[in-house]
Amino acid sequence: MIDVKKKPILEIKNLNKKFGDNQVLNGFNLELFEGENLVVMGKSGSGKSVMIKCLVGLIEPDSGSIKVMGKELTNLNQSQFDALRTEIGFLFQGSALYDSMTVRENLEFPLRRHINRFKSHTNTKTLVEEALTNVGLLHAIDLMPSELSGGMKRRVAIARTLILKPKIILYDEPTSGLDPITSKEIIQLMVNIQEQHKTSSIIITHDVDCARVIANRMILLINGKNYIEGSYTDLNKSSDEKVKAFFK
Amino acid sequence: MKQSLPTITKIKNFFIEIGELTYFSNRFFKELFSTPFEFKELLRQCYYVGNKSLGLVLITGFIIGLVLTIQTRPTLEQFGAEAWMPSMVSISLIREIGPIITALICAGRIGSGIGAELGSMRVTEQIDAMEVSGTNPFKYLVVTRILATTLMIPILVIFGDAMGLLGSFIIENLKGDVSFFLYFDKVFHAIEFSDVLPATIKTFFFGYAIGLVGCYKGYYCNKGTVGVGVAANSAVVYASMLLFIIDFIAVFITDIFI
Repeated sequence: MIDVKKKPILEIKNLNKKFGDNQVLNGFNLELFEGENLVVMGKSGSGKSVMIKCLVGLIEPDSGSIKVMGKELTNLNQSQFDALRTEIGFLFQGSALYDSMTVRENLEFPLRRHINRFKSHTNTKTLVEEALTNVGLLHAIDLMPSELSGGMKRRVAIARTLILKPKIILYDEPTSGLDPITSKEIIQLMVNIQEQHKTSSIIITHDVDCARVIANRMILLINGKNYIEGSYTDLNKSSDEKVKAFFK
Repeated sequence: MKQSLPTITKIKNFFIEIGELTYFSNRFFKELFSTPFEFKELLRQCYYVGNKSLGLVLITGFIIGLVLTIQTRPTLEQFGAEAWMPSMVSISLIREIGPIITALICAGRIGSGIGAELGSMRVTEQIDAMEVSGTNPFKYLVVTRILATTLMIPILVIFGDAMGLLGSFIIENLKGDVSFFLYFDKVFHAIEFSDVLPATIKTFFFGYAIGLVGCYKGYYCNKGTVGVGVAANSAVVYASMLLFIIDFIAVFITDIFI
């Protein structure tokens, strides 16, 4: 069982975001603890992806507070924010590999600006090969993204996310669009990453199997608010109809 | 009232778009001089822009030179003014036809390519991925592309003009038995610095407009794969319109000062 230390590495307080008349996030709160895998579930369009995009500055919230490793995001200038972003890995739903670059170049890209974070004798080649070995795809190093299967793309995207050795990883629907066998492989890979790198993760998913395997804690997001919070077992046993609907 | 509403909305959207394009352009100049400089990507883009269109520009320039000479010759012959052919072709090619035709070709080929590429990167979240990794996507994708088109279009125009003159010479040589040295001696006598300078300066603006519109349409692309097609298409339409406006302004200014 994963050891979760009770120290928040990421805190969201009273987060609000509105698109036109649609109030997507309505006072959402979240705390992510060191070494924890936190699963956020909710219906499509409930604001899960908007929430994690607010964490990396891809969407600007209307109001609320986001603290990452004790730093309030709204107080940071661009260079401080870019530096903090290297501590946060983001796995996009569609993998978002740069399709004009090879797998090697995709992994080298985040290192261009941040290679100085590593020891002086560490070179880009070593880091890329190490990251690809971790996801079992070293043989695909010179392939283009168009030559990879969906599962391979997701693995390369995970390797790219890991290459800067982030402390927090945000997974946006990591198993969507994958067959059940590949999904299980990806989930196992995520568990291995947590164990090896001691990362803290927020996982946005609809996949109940994924949540069962990986979640230390779960939050159900309904109407832009935290509807219920607890372990997988707690939520699975809930008699609330709205909660039960997710576990059928 | 119901009929006038869409027109008002269209006019409003047009001005909003002009405003956004101006902001995009200002952001380009702001980011152009800020570090870090993406030299490697700039060189790659220069290579792509030049290499992608060179063949087409050379062929088109050559054919325009041929056609212009073939069609003008009978009229000049009527007045016994065939000797003016090199002067006429070179001035019209260098001042106007070469730059505008080359720029229109590049708007179609490069502008649509940039719009589609950035649009596809936007809808597949590649631009977001770049931003999350701590790289400024505007600087990496937009600044390099606009700069590449601004620098490469003038070079392509020079190649296009040269091929046009070559095409014209071939017809003159076949029909009028004019030698290579005689033809180009007449060309260089006819062209003045005041013909070349404004024509060259405006090609930098043409390149800037093609890059700017292509990047703007692609960078703010939405509505999925349909949006990518729209971005590519509107990049060509808007860039072509902008080219004629720039050309008119350039001719107007040249006419005042030179």
